[in-house]
Amino acid sequence: MAGLRFDLRDTPEGAPALRAELRAFLAEAGKDWSPRVRAYSWMGFDRDFSREVGKRGWIGMTWPKAYGGQERTALERYVTLEEMLAVGAPVGAHWIGDRQSGPLILRLGTEEQRREFLPRIARGALAFAIGLSEPDSGSDLASLRTRAEKVPGGWRINGRKVWTTNAHLCDFMIALLRTSPITDPRQKHQGLSQFLVDCRLSGITIRPILDLVGEEGFNEITFDDVFVPDSMLVGQEGAGWEQATAELAFERSGPERYLSSLPLLTAALDDLRAEPAAPEAVGRLLARAGTLRQMSLAVAGMLQEGKTPAREAALVKDAGNDYEQALPERLREFFDPGRTPPEVQEMQGYMTMVARSYSLRGGTREILRGIIARQLGLR
Amino acid sequence: MSDTNEDLRGILLEQVERLLTDRSSPNLLRATERGEWPAALWAEVEALGLPLALVPEAMGGVGLGWADAVAVWQVLGRHAAPLPLAESMAAAALLAAAGITPPAGLIALALPGEATAWGRQAGHVAAVQGGEVTLHAAADLTWQPGRSLIGREPADQAMLGEPLARGRVPAGWGADAGLLAGALLQAAKIAGALEAALDMTVDYAKTRKQFGRPIGGFQAVQQQLAVCAAEVAACGVAAAQAGRAADRRGLAGAEFRDRLGQGGGGRGSRDRCRHHPPGACRHRLHR
Ligand SMILES: Cc1cc2nc3c(=O)[nH]c(=O)nc-3n(C[C@H](O)[C@H](O)[C@H](O)COP(=O)(O)OP(=O)(O)OC[C@H]3O[C@@H](n4cnc5c(N)ncnc54)[C@H](O)[C@@H]3O)c2cc1C
Repeated sequence: MAGLRFDLRDTPEGAPALRAELRAFLAEAGKDWSPRVRAYSWMGFDRDFSREVGKRGWIGMTWPKAYGGQERTALERYVTLEEMLAVGAPVGAHWIGDRQSGPLILRLGTEEQRREFLPRIARGALAFAIGLSEPDSGSDLASLRTRAEKVPGGWRINGRKVWTTNAHLCDFMIALLRTSPITDPRQKHQGLSQFLVDCRLSGITIRPILDLVGEEGFNEITFDDVFVPDSMLVGQEGAGWEQATAELAFERSGPERYLSSLPLLTAALDDLRAEPAAPEAVGRLLARAGTLRQMSLAVAGMLQEGKTPAREAALVKDAGNDYEQALPERLREFFDPGRTPPEVQEMQGYMTMVARSYSLRGGTREILRGIIARQLGLR
Repeated sequence: MSDTNEDLRGILLEQVERLLTDRSSPNLLRATERGEWPAALWAEVEALGLPLALVPEAMGGVGLGWADAVAVWQVLGRHAAPLPLAESMAAAALLAAAGITPPAGLIALALPGEATAWGRQAGHVAAVQGGEVTLHAAADLTWQPGRSLIGREPADQAMLGEPLARGRVPAGWGADAGLLAGALLQAAKIAGALEAALDMTVDYAKTRKQFGRPIGGFQAVQQQLAVCAAEVAACGVAAAQAGRAADRRGLAGAEFRDRLGQGGGGRGSRDRCRHHPPGACRHRLHR
């Protein structure tokens, strides 16, 4: 068969107990979150909240205890993510570290790096940014030019990264940098390496970028002779491309790829009861969410088995993005300015604006579909 | 129930796959659409014990669950299998649930308001109305010419008389047990047919040349097929999930989590899989 298979999974044995714990915690922690705060979902950044989550062992759950983890399963972690996303918890200060930077360090980092970074991520005390995109390199990421040159004892970085979410609030980023120049454009995937970069190093300038909503969520980062010591290289010099693409399987596979706008549905439910046509639409939206959930869970299961389901992840992200993008617009049809609570309308308005970005961040729709087409053997 | 049947299910799926690969052909499909009963193929599925697969062992069946059935029906859909096996399996399951031992041979499934596929060919007819199931000898019934809603196999309307037996499905099966079972089996068959349609379309896109190259080389075509692949995967997952829910929570618990053929944004997969809409590609399934 040309397509991809997604075998049904069950959430783990202890899921109901874990869910109950999470719900009790989130009900208390979130009692003052307005719909507008919840609308940020995993883009919301709140260090105090992340530290509380860390205290309860819900960051880096699958990692070895020696590095501050809990040695729980990927599916238990999945349950945790679901509960957080369902209520729109502001998880941004630990999300990237938990999802991709931590796992990358665990897999490929040195023992020293693991000991230095993982326990702090797990405590919710270390926030990570993703340093991939550049002004001239987005979808064609491998063409990136920000370079790290070898100097005694370390590397000197010059260039620019852009769209770096929450970099102004983060402690570290994992940056993909060019360590050997491109000599042949067909070999542009070679000569890239990943580095741990402290966002506050001298020579780094972080400038906010105003987004469509009128907020400054992402940034442009300029590197001007920034020195990082040898100990900050992650994995192998020159293997950055393979490492970063494996990381994308983590970046793209989670439930946040279809749940970003779900809090709107929850917030709107009471209001929707007043609309005779709404139940059918809501039923369909929930049904679709159920299917996407199974597909996403299947990918989590594959990750748990040590596989790299990059293509499956791309497929679920693409289908999930369509869903989370359509949801605010679908519900808007049922809202009535005179009846729908203002805070729900505000949430809807915000989501309508940011929903455009769902199919850009983490790889655009066209790029993901290209990956699926490759699976089909068409490219 | 089905969760413990993994091995059995695997073996069965392989057998059905092999049987249909060997025996299910475009010619056979055309013949059945002309009204010829595929007697040889039916005999083989009976030999595999398939018609009574969902019936508990105590009643002479195999004791498989709905999730297993969905997997089998998906294979039937993939091969556009020209025989009412899924319907007969569901009919037997409904009879057994109502406390009636299902007879051997083809049991046609009569649902309210629908013509019964291969009704005149059946030994028996199971009629389901709400939670009530009745068993009839097909020969005792009068038949009026009818028309299948979506298939092209012969389908006639049964005028039901006094049944051989009468029973009720348990409450957990819901007030629409017959319709739910029918919906589940169609969903599974559609999911299977879509897999085949995707495969064929991809093959076609690789071989059909325009502007000097395979049309699958054009990005516009690739992107459409990628969307199609996602919908096909989603349909399979939705059907499997409904089967599992039916096992765990009773047939009424099998919420059909996804409307097959209906994408999240309201665009149907029928539009997306535009090279071969499922309803139009039955013959191509055998190429
Ligand atoms: C909200 C948000 C947060 C982000 N956060 C981060 C972050 O934290 N860190 C980070 O590194 N990056 C981040 N990004 C950047 C994101 O990864 C890029 O925007 C994305 O990869 C696309 O790159 P681009 O914007 O340069 O668009 P381009 O690559 O220039 O693409 C423009 C358009 O052309 C299409 N296109 C490009 N190439 C092809 C092709 N081969 N075939 C068909 N169509 C094509 C694209 O699909 C798109 O529609 C973020 C983006 C957003 C929107």
